[in-house]
Amino acid sequence: MFDQRADGPMEQFEILPIVDLHFGSIDISLTNSALWMIIGTAAITIFFFAATRRAAMIPGRIQSMAEVFYEFTFDLVRDTIGPDGRKFFPYVFTLFIFILIMNLFGLLPSWPGLAHELHTFTPTSHVIVTLALAMLTITIVIVYGFMKNGLKFLKLFWPSGLPLWLMPLLCLIEVISFLSRPLSLAIRLFANMFAGHVILKLFAGFVVSLIGTGSAVMLFGIAPFLGAIAVTALEFLVAALQAYVFAVLTCIYLSDAAHAADH
Amino acid sequence: MEAEAAKLIGAGLAAIPLAGAGVGLGLIFGNFLSGAFRNPSAAAQNQPTMLLAFALTEFTGLLGFAIAMIILYTF
Repeated sequence: MFDQRADGPMEQFEILPIVDLHFGSIDISLTNSALWMIIGTAAITIFFFAATRRAAMIPGRIQSMAEVFYEFTFDLVRDTIGPDGRKFFPYVFTLFIFILIMNLFGLLPSWPGLAHELHTFTPTSHVIVTLALAMLTITIVIVYGFMKNGLKFLKLFWPSGLPLWLMPLLCLIEVISFLSRPLSLAIRLFANMFAGHVILKLFAGFVVSLIGTGSAVMLFGIAPFLGAIAVTALEFLVAALQAYVFAVLTCIYLSDAAHAADH
Repeated sequence: MEAEAAKLIGAGLAAIPLAGAGVGLGLIFGNFLSGAFRNPSAAAQNQPTMLLAFALTEFTGLLGFAIAMIILYTF
């Protein structure tokens, strides 16, 4: 009746190949993670094409939805980076929408009885995906920082207006804080999605095993069932919030890079 | 003690940072709310800062989670 593989809370994170592809010794199989990223990207593309296909002065329903996302991110970029943040808007917008959709699509219920590799999957619950996104952000920060400020970018690690004897210590702290940025960006998103899905699956597992007893104990299954509903609601909040936090932090780091020489 | 048992205990101990993260999150939201009630007109423009502080504080708790995962699955 229930998929055997869906027993534990960890099986949902297994990466399974759907189409086996081997290029020499390199495994480039289409996995369920890749499949869900493709589905997400396709959904985003279709949504924004549909929204802007007949762009009008007075927006229709779908166009005004797209405009909400657009203006939200645009305000965010303008307020954090300032006027020269315009050129980063496409990047931040892509990042925000991509992470948001990845997080939200992971919350879709799976069709019962499907093969294990076709169940809903959250690509952002894998640290390799989030770390790749975080490294991309930090690479842009470093490259743009040196392009814009030259060697003055290193002033980021040398705060001004402090006694000289404090400087080596502060410089060390600044360097460590800068190096931990990609790590913290990646781990925050991954751990939030991962922990949320584990808790969700744990509650669901309680319900299944309590119903499986078949006696009057079944009635206690109501409590974890309500818990699972509450956690699902919380997960929607977390999914949106973490996408927002990733975008905000990206903007703040970019603004550091843009204004490194000013302070 | 068996290595397996020690691993599980260590992973459990790695959940302790949650206490600190909980206190920190309570302080952030509590202080934001008390500030927001005193001066509601300034609340909206400080919300991003609050969420940023929330994200940074949450990270300390999540590091504990990462350590638990490392203990459980890489040793």
